[in-house]
Amino acid sequence: MNNIHKIRMFLGALFLCLMIPVCAAQQFITLASTTSTQASGFFDYYLPIFQNKTGVEVRVVAVGTGQALKLGENGDADVLLVHDKVGELKFIEEGFGVDRREVMFNDFVLIGPEADPAKITGLKDAVGAFQRIAESKSEFVSRGDDSGTHRLELRLWKEANIDPHGDGVTWYKEAGAGMGAVLNMLAAGGNAYTISDRATWIAFENRKGLALLDEGDPRLFNQYALILVNPEKHPHVKKEQALMFMDWMTSPEGQKAIGEFKLRDQVLFTPNAGANQ
Amino acid sequence: MFLYAYLLFTNMLVYHYSIIDWPFKYVKRNIIKAMQSILESFKMAINLMLDLNPLLLEIVGLSLGVSLTAVLLASVCGFFAGALLALCSFPGRQAILVILNAFMGLPPVAVGLTVYLLLSRAGPLGDWGLLFTPGAMIFAQWILVTPLIAALSRQVIEDLNVEYRELLWSLGANRLGMLLTLLWEGRLSLTTVMLAGFGRAVAEVGAVLIVGGNIVHHTRVMTTSIVLETAKGNLSQALALGIILIVIACLINAVISISKNYAERASA
Amino acid sequence: MRNALRLEPLNPAVVKPAKVKPGSENSILPLRVEGLGLILNGRLLLDDITFRLEIGPISVILGANGAGKTLLLKTCHGLLRPSCGTLSWREDNRNRLRKCQAMVFQRSVLLKRSVAANIDYALKLRGYPEKERLDRIDRCLNLSGLHPLRDRHARTLSGGEQQKLALARAWAVRPEVLFMDEPTANIDPPATAAIEQMIRNFAQEGVKIVMTTHDLHQARRLADEVLFLHRGRLLEQAAAERFFERPATRAADAFIHGELPAGSPFFTNEECV
Repeated sequence: MNNIHKIRMFLGALFLCLMIPVCAAQQFITLASTTSTQASGFFDYYLPIFQNKTGVEVRVVAVGTGQALKLGENGDADVLLVHDKVGELKFIEEGFGVDRREVMFNDFVLIGPEADPAKITGLKDAVGAFQRIAESKSEFVSRGDDSGTHRLELRLWKEANIDPHGDGVTWYKEAGAGMGAVLNMLAAGGNAYTISDRATWIAFENRKGLALLDEGDPRLFNQYALILVNPEKHPHVKKEQALMFMDWMTSPEGQKAIGEFKLRDQVLFTPNAGANQ
Repeated sequence: MFLYAYLLFTNMLVYHYSIIDWPFKYVKRNIIKAMQSILESFKMAINLMLDLNPLLLEIVGLSLGVSLTAVLLASVCGFFAGALLALCSFPGRQAILVILNAFMGLPPVAVGLTVYLLLSRAGPLGDWGLLFTPGAMIFAQWILVTPLIAALSRQVIEDLNVEYRELLWSLGANRLGMLLTLLWEGRLSLTTVMLAGFGRAVAEVGAVLIVGGNIVHHTRVMTTSIVLETAKGNLSQALALGIILIVIACLINAVISISKNYAERASA
Repeated sequence: MRNALRLEPLNPAVVKPAKVKPGSENSILPLRVEGLGLILNGRLLLDDITFRLEIGPISVILGANGAGKTLLLKTCHGLLRPSCGTLSWREDNRNRLRKCQAMVFQRSVLLKRSVAANIDYALKLRGYPEKERLDRIDRCLNLSGLHPLRDRHARTLSGGEQQKLALARAWAVRPEVLFMDEPTANIDPPATAAIEQMIRNFAQEGVKIVMTTHDLHQARRLADEVLFLHRGRLLEQAAAERFFERPATRAADAFIHGELPAGSPFFTNEECV
């Protein structure tokens, strides 16, 4: 019986230990963001600066833009940092978010095999490149996860007048996965193309035989914006701390910190708060 | 380890055949490449473990904490549910057994999604504010593991019941007493059941990723870090984390089976 | 299977078994069994059994394998519910009935704990206070010669020791009636002798012993009274001397002279509970 007693004590102690961090009141906000910002290591660099200054912890849940907007809709996050202007405006129009602020941008790039069978290198025309990929029936791996990148890719196909879901299209593959997973597929699979945000690409390690083939089309501009989840819809949203974060990120200090984040000697995100407002 | 041994073995085989058949040479080259990257991961894993990297310790600690708590809670529920199912007959018991056995294979992602919908601010338990906390992860793993533990312990208790029930009745035990006695008599087998549950909990990623959110310092566990490192294309680091996960699982199993052997030797 | 054994819920309130002196007014005996029949899985295994068990003599249920001895014993103990007929003790209170009986099974089932803890478990269920439990454990172990093994794990004992412990455990609760199912089957001669001595001691202390055996010699050594069971029927209940000298039925006569073939066409397995 002594054993049972010991086990019970151990159980109780363990449970308490685990519950303490759960219950402890801490100043934090939840930021729903995209995989690109997390996978590039940007948040690991950026958020501690903010926390040291204000004491507010920012907890990042990194998902695709579509899912991030969904989290905001359900009130499961306080702030969103996403990159799909069309979706964002719809989100605000429906009353789920307020106070959209553009903070930084980078661009999308076309990634493919070094040999480039579709000959898109240096085209500086995303739509043209997409047409060539379709003509050469080279494999194209799509995110297929309703992320910002996926949404942009679908708009580009539309502009190119190609229906990748049409009958007889065998070269178009939907991965239903994050950017990194898609790049891993490319690295393993050989001759496929995809479209990626620059930050993930620069940070990506497993590049076997992959190369950045085309960039520079203005259509590939990738704007990131902050949105506050509507506190009127979700009263538990930590409006005060969330605004503190949004203010700091758009402040000269926060903007400067964004521009100073470099990987492989390249700037991943260019600050542009207030440029379009 | 096994993988390594396997690759070594196949490599030897391939080397043997390469003299006569060139396609095997190609295979061999690829296997050597794979082996090299796995070796690299092993090195990295050893370095990470020797370093006692604080972030790694935190992740390992959280992994173990979440999964152990979930398994302990699931054991309390699962053992009693299993014992009740073993000892009592009531209408619908067979149906419950079928469902329970099916739920042993619940897909973690589905559980994660369900728990997300429950704990979301828009869901019925939203007010608890548990989403994206270790508590949510424990909750999800608890749901994942309880049916497994209940179904397996039902089998254990049912077998024991055949052996013990006449004796216990004769000694004058009531139903509750029987249940508790059988649970105690089956303690060694039930430890194995718990280990099976722990294995399932600590290795799953689908549920914790959705309800935990993989927040650094907060809900990042071994499996979600592996997913993240894979997304970064950092495959050797991801594999190194996987190796550490296996090593830890081995350690826990070793500790438990050693103490079990000790207990069995006392009783055999 | 499950329904064959209907376990009566026990009142959790602690009912201390009354210490009953043999022959006293408080005894749960005599047991009257009338027209008892038992059907399991659609097979008639015990048929129209009528007898009476009085305080005092060691009653031995004798019969070949498959005659239904174990089933009869379990039915008397209350582990099986008779399909027809009546089984009535002098006592009506179920709780008291249960507390005044104990049973030793053919294959002793010991709990996975120490020798002392096995006895302690039985005593705890009867609600004895701790001090008395310790006293009784010591006395039981001394009586059965298991005292040196007190702290050994029960499952590490030899077969004979295990059976002794099972007996000691059953006796520890001071039952008024002690049922024993083939207590010395599969046990070597010295251990058998020791167990038989224990049984005699119990009987001398006033415990009513009801045991089954298929061993004629053991029956001759122990029995005061013999109930001869053949193919699910009780053919004879007689004083032991009379039974062995002048069996009343041909089957009993054949059995005593080793001519009755073991096993029966009706029952392939005696343990078919």
